[in-house]
Amino acid sequence: MSYSKKEYSDYVERKSQKSPIVRDTISAFIVGGLLCCIGQFFLNLYTKNLGLDEEISKSAVSVTMIFLGSFFTGLDLYKKIAKYAGAGTIVPITGFANSIVSPAMEFRREGMILGLAAKMFVIAGPVLVYGISTSVFIGIIYYIIKLF
Amino acid sequence: MNKRIGKQTVKLTQPISIISSANIVGKKEGEGPLSQYFDTIMSDATWGESSWEKAESKMQNEALSHAIQKASLTPDDIDYVLAGDLLNQCISSSFALRDLSIPFFGIYGACSTMAETISLGSMLLDGDFAKNICAVTSSHFCTAERQYRQPLEYGGQRTPTAQWTVTGSGSVVLSKNGNGPYVTHITTGKIIDMGIKDANNMGAAMAPAAADTLKAHFSDTGFEPNDYDLILTGDLGTLGKEILIDLMMHEKIDLRDNYDDCGCLIFDADTQDTHAGGSGCGCGAVTLTGYVLSLMKEQKLNNVLFMATGALLSPTSTMQGESIPSVAHAISISNNLHFGG
Repeated sequence: MSYSKKEYSDYVERKSQKSPIVRDTISAFIVGGLLCCIGQFFLNLYTKNLGLDEEISKSAVSVTMIFLGSFFTGLDLYKKIAKYAGAGTIVPITGFANSIVSPAMEFRREGMILGLAAKMFVIAGPVLVYGISTSVFIGIIYYIIKLF
Repeated sequence: MNKRIGKQTVKLTQPISIISSANIVGKKEGEGPLSQYFDTIMSDATWGESSWEKAESKMQNEALSHAIQKASLTPDDIDYVLAGDLLNQCISSSFALRDLSIPFFGIYGACSTMAETISLGSMLLDGDFAKNICAVTSSHFCTAERQYRQPLEYGGQRTPTAQWTVTGSGSVVLSKNGNGPYVTHITTGKIIDMGIKDANNMGAAMAPAAADTLKAHFSDTGFEPNDYDLILTGDLGTLGKEILIDLMMHEKIDLRDNYDDCGCLIFDADTQDTHAGGSGCGCGAVTLTGYVLSLMKEQKLNNVLFMATGALLSPTSTMQGESIPSVAHAISISNNLHFGG
């Protein structure tokens, strides 16, 4: 080859079509916002109409949204919305549900234990590991600050 | 007699014919521009089986059996079958052949498998080691996605350069007793790695391998692009195709007139949402066995250079940050036994 790896990768970089960031960001903002509105709708419903305590309502909203994310994943609809929404469907709690339910569905054929149960955290696992570790770390810092 | 011409090419001395071919594709491929050239279009991804892997295996079994049947032969008449696929340990191929009792060579060439199996099969025939040989390969969108990427229902976005793995299996029967089309020249590719690491840009990773093999082919045989009615790569996709044209221009070889890529032909990128086009072993296999061999039969194409390209990565190598080694194997297929003199 009469060109170096560096020259080739620069050329490919220039030639490759980029993801449409502006369009992706706008649709992520809209869909993510809509998901939050749905969450707010349930919060209002639980507190005002059903008269639940606010703390319990917050948990109930999470449970509801996780159910909806899982349900739409099972219906083969979540990924179709996600194709346009991107981070708008990944970041909210429904995306977390999708990331656990989708491998669980897929690896069911490899058995309930080593398939479904072992593989269901293949995408969400890192989020849990680093999410929990970070909250413990922040908690320790908060504790130390409170001492003074 | 020396059959070797140049460093990477052999010229077959006996008339090795592709006496029959068969293919099976998935629903999406069956809705694409080449649908009229496919023998069987599956109604869904599992095709009555309990897993996608079983469905892929069944596809190979059926494509192979159908090709043997079309040639008016039985599995007993086949001396060897050469088969390969994308799944770990090539399970689609070996599981497909469990009940057929044909001596078996398993081949791994990723998406270059169709050209690789036909290359080796033709050489075995030319060496008088067999009378009839089958070559078969397959890929399946669902089995490949779960092995190489994310679960199917995961809500991610595909990049513009990502390709769509073709669900399809293609098979040919090669024989010394036939009336063409003939496999005349075989150029075997070297591993080329230009440092591309993006597993969602395999066209760019494979294009330099295609350019290298193409250059070797023209230099070894003395052919020019215009000696062919069609030069067809396996699955470079839209970006890889443009890159190959650029790379060959750099070598003063103009491909613009008669070059295309199976990955660009098999799907309609505008309506089928396949981004940079089709990929997978099945992409080249079904396009060759369907579209190309049909047009050759009708003599609309007479001389074709079929070059399947393979990205030799694994999920492990991608996670470890390795670049993607690639390979391209080329075979000349001609209605004229004396193609190239």
